[in-house]
Amino acid sequence: MIWQVDLAILALVVICAIAAVTVRDLLGAGILFGAYSFMLCLLWAAMGAVDVAFTEASVGAGVSTVFFIAAVFRTTRRTKD
Amino acid sequence: MLVHATLDFPGWGDPNAPAHLHVAPEYLEQAYEKTATPNVVTAVLADYRSYDTMFETAVVFSAGLACFFLLRVQSRKKEEEEEEDRYFRHLATDMVIRIRTPSMHVPDSPYLQQLDPYWTPRSLIVRAACRVLTPFIQLFALYVVAHGHHSPGGGFQGGVILGASLILVALSHDLRTSMKMTPEKLMGVLSPAGVLIYAGVGALCVAAGHNFLDYGALAEWLGTAPEAARSLGILFVEVGVAVCVMATMIIIYANLSSAGGHKQGL
Repeated sequence: MIWQVDLAILALVVICAIAAVTVRDLLGAGILFGAYSFMLCLLWAAMGAVDVAFTEASVGAGVSTVFFIAAVFRTTRRTKD
Repeated sequence: MLVHATLDFPGWGDPNAPAHLHVAPEYLEQAYEKTATPNVVTAVLADYRSYDTMFETAVVFSAGLACFFLLRVQSRKKEEEEEEDRYFRHLATDMVIRIRTPSMHVPDSPYLQQLDPYWTPRSLIVRAACRVLTPFIQLFALYVVAHGHHSPGGGFQGGVILGASLILVALSHDLRTSMKMTPEKLMGVLSPAGVLIYAGVGALCVAAGHNFLDYGALAEWLGTAPEAARSLGILFVEVGVAVCVMATMIIIYANLSSAGGHKQGL
C-alpha cells in the first residue's frame, strides 16, 4: 500500500460522492455515481479486499450505472428541486 | 444509557476486540482444512454464513419481482388501450416504412428491420464489436462462477457479468433482439429457480440427516470426502446464485429501460 495513491483515490471518492449528490443534471449524477463506484473499487483493491472490489466493479460501476441511466432516460433529465 | 454503553465498545480497529479473537482466526486457520476451499472469503460467504447468502439471493429475486410488478403489470394495462405506429427499415434500399394500422401483421423477414420510433442508433462498429465481445464476457462470467473457490469471484459477480453481457446486446442492438434471446418467461422462471437451487441444496442436506445447508452431508451421495463435498456444495449454491442474479439483472434492465413496455429500450 502506497499512502499517496490511497490518499489520492480517497480524495477522488469524496469529490465524486459530493458531486454526485449536488449536480443538477440527473444523467451527470448517474455517471458520477459510476465513477464513485469505480474509485471505491480501486480503494477496496488497494486494501486487499479483492472480492469486494470485484463486486463493486461489476455491480456498482457496471450494472447499476446502466440502471441509473435507463431510469433517467425514462423520466426527466433535470431535477425538480 | 445507550450512548453510555457505546463507551464500553472495543476501539475502532482494535485487534483485541472479541470479534477478532475467536471467530476470524478460526475461519482463517481451519477454512481450508474443513472445506477444501482456498479462497477463505468464498468459504465464509457460502459455507459458514450460508443462510445470509441464501436470503441475499432472495432479496435480489424480490428486487426483480418488485420491478416487474411496478413497471410491467401497469404498462400491460396501458398497452391494451393504445397502439403506436410501427417503423420498419428495408435494409437493401434504406427506405423506412411507417405502419399506422395496428392490426396489420408484419412477418419476420431478413430484409426488414423494425426501428424504435425515437431512438434509432445505427453503428456498425459498435454492433460488430459487441457481438464479438459478448461470448468472451460470458465465458469469463462462467469462469468467475466456477473458479470462485480459488480466486476472487463467485455467484454474485459471475451472475452480474453474465447479465451485463446480455444487457450489452440490448444496448448495442435493441431491446427486441435481446428479448428474443432471453425471453421474459424464461427469465421469470430462472430467477426463482436460482433461489430454489440454493434452498434445494440445503434441503438435500436435511434429507441426508444433517443441518440445513451443511454440505458435508452430500459426501455420501457424491462419493467424496466431507471436505470436498463442502467445496462442491459451495459450487452448487454459487450456480444457483448466479442463475438468479443473471435473470434478475435482465428483468430489471428490460423493465427499467422500456418503462415496462418491452418494446424499445435505451
